[in-house]
Amino acid sequence: MAGAAALLVAAGTLAACGGDSGGPPTLTWYTNPDAGGQAEIASRCTDAAEGRYRISTAVLPRDAAGQREQLVRRLAASDSSIDIMSLDPPFIPEFAEADFLAPVPDDVAERVTEGVVQSAVEGSTWRDELVAVPFWANTQVLWYRASVAEAAGLDMSQPVTWDDVIQAAQDQDVLIGAQGARAESLTVWFNALIESAGGSIIDENADAPEDITLGLDTEPGRRAAEVMRAVADSGQVSSAFSTENEDASATGFEGERGGFQVNYPFVYARGQGAVEAGSLEQSVVDDYAAAVYPRVDEDTPAAPPYGGINLGIGAFSAHTDLAFEAAECIVSEENQAYYFVHDGNPASKAAVFDDPDVQEAFPQADVIRESLELAAPRPQTPYYSEVSGGIQREYHPPASVDPESTPATATEFITAVLAGEQLL
Amino acid sequence: MTQTTMPPTEKTQPVSAPHGTISDRSKAERKLGWLLAGPAFFVMLAVTAYPILQAAYESLFSYRLTDPDNRSFTGLDNYWVILTDSLWWKALGVTMLITVVTVLVELVLGFALAMVMAKALSSIRPIIRAAILIPYAVITVVSAFAWQFAFDINTGFVNSWFAWLPGVSADTDWFGGTGTSLLVICLAEIWKTTPFISLLLLAGLAQVPEVLQEAAKVDGATWWQRLWRVTLPNMKAAIMVALLFRTLDAFRVFDTIFVMTNGANSTESVSFLAYRQTISRLEIGLGSAVSVLLFLSVVLLATMFIKAFKVDLASARGEG
Repeated sequence: MAGAAALLVAAGTLAACGGDSGGPPTLTWYTNPDAGGQAEIASRCTDAAEGRYRISTAVLPRDAAGQREQLVRRLAASDSSIDIMSLDPPFIPEFAEADFLAPVPDDVAERVTEGVVQSAVEGSTWRDELVAVPFWANTQVLWYRASVAEAAGLDMSQPVTWDDVIQAAQDQDVLIGAQGARAESLTVWFNALIESAGGSIIDENADAPEDITLGLDTEPGRRAAEVMRAVADSGQVSSAFSTENEDASATGFEGERGGFQVNYPFVYARGQGAVEAGSLEQSVVDDYAAAVYPRVDEDTPAAPPYGGINLGIGAFSAHTDLAFEAAECIVSEENQAYYFVHDGNPASKAAVFDDPDVQEAFPQADVIRESLELAAPRPQTPYYSEVSGGIQREYHPPASVDPESTPATATEFITAVLAGEQLL
Repeated sequence: MTQTTMPPTEKTQPVSAPHGTISDRSKAERKLGWLLAGPAFFVMLAVTAYPILQAAYESLFSYRLTDPDNRSFTGLDNYWVILTDSLWWKALGVTMLITVVTVLVELVLGFALAMVMAKALSSIRPIIRAAILIPYAVITVVSAFAWQFAFDINTGFVNSWFAWLPGVSADTDWFGGTGTSLLVICLAEIWKTTPFISLLLLAGLAQVPEVLQEAAKVDGATWWQRLWRVTLPNMKAAIMVALLFRTLDAFRVFDTIFVMTNGANSTESVSFLAYRQTISRLEIGLGSAVSVLLFLSVVLLATMFIKAFKVDLASARGEG
């Protein structure tokens, strides 16, 4: 077993080095960890290439920040082994600005954006040019227990607000799940709140980091902080709210006090998995329902989080042409549908949502598509990690956020960090 | 009662060749010495001195890894930014707190374990030694995860097992506050590295001459008196080496914090600050400056230890 693995690695390395040492060139696809879907797609595309190239996958660290750290360090050293990489959208501007991404040929750009939801195209664009290939698009929805909403008299066929959710949770004494941990997920939550309130974390972008104007200390910024604090103080969040990540939210939702949570679509697949494993009753998963993300203000549509993965082609790859060909194969409708059903990760092509397999596996597919159309990306800037790191420092723990003072102190802090005058 | 140590042995001056001339033999010995130690010396230079010098050099620049074209010389600006930032002083305070608490507890606990290892019946001695050493063989990240899972509010058993303790209940969120987070971090560190200290102290215990113990016994000294007046003074060097090594080690704490809190709730250490600037922000200049300051702190600590306690490191190795 180990011997075979060593042989495989050796073969991969040799092929990557040689290229013409016999056999087709091997493209290395750096993937984020998943339930095995990307590895399967890689082998499907290898078969489809009929010997022109082979795709092997290499798995990146678990969290988005770790994935970025590893890729950036390798690319800064001009690593030619990186052919295709699964990129979290907020980091795409940084990679593009540093010339780590091979330019997307116009014809490829045209083909891979056809029929793709707007948020996914925006997430792959930097300075008005497509710099990555949209693969799958994630969004958060409001998951609720149908029985709880009914008992609380909440009409879920209409858009609901955060206040409605808090009120209903208090009525029924159930949990509200949201991501209060000091991690990227906190920025995701905060960004959705401020965008839903009509504002943005970055008010005005600029080339020089010290000239970036933040939109935190504005009316929408204060509203976002207010909602965050209201949720944390509602009495209906888990006692470990300040360390709650997506998984912890899902665990709470599966439990006895599960009521509401804002979370990604994976929670449905997770619930079904738990039923199969015998740790959850089927009736609980049958009670799962999804609606579009809660609004901050009654009259303004919500701007749910946008996430997912887009494919970047390494600028130092020896086979960028083949890598683009492979990327086109990876993001085909067929593969996106497979990935949606198998891994629970929603497609970026709108047509995939009508696929009968997808509709069967995800009764909430239409809500997810609607959410993707509304979704707002996180701020696009090459200095994203400073901005996000600053938000995480200042808005954590959510229970200590003060809508009056936090926006001003956060603005001051992040601006100083961007100007290189302060540590993060 | 006074301390009882062995009388200093008289050292005879080595007889050397007359000044100015080096005998063939010592010449050959010197050559052999270089041949033996030379490769190791150069490897050390390559893997320690070079990165240290590079960090010192890069700390003088404003340099972002993703933007190498805009690299510019800024002199000591980075140091000024760090030393005027409250975050640095906070991280330094947290690091010192963790260092002092863990090293003190480990010293006492490690000494007790060393005594157990030394005095255990010879039939069970190997088992006891192995059992005591196991935590030290565990990778820090793994031990940090194990402790995190144990204290986690969802997956942990600590809350249900220790609910009878005041202040602990099913809802205790250990990683939700500064104090409780630091407590768990310290516990994990102590569990992990106490074996290291006890191993060094065990070596020290073995150096205490049995004749002194016997003499003290004949004089009617109690067990406590023998411990304080005979055992401890005779293993001063071993204690100091253990303290020094552990202090320097504890001062660089990173893994446990990274795994458990990721720096939340003001639990960042100085190493963590260096990581965040260099690896997360990719600000090589600023991060290098933090690393250099960390290095200087460690050098200062080591110097203070050696000066204050007048430790002769060679004597602890039994060369004195």
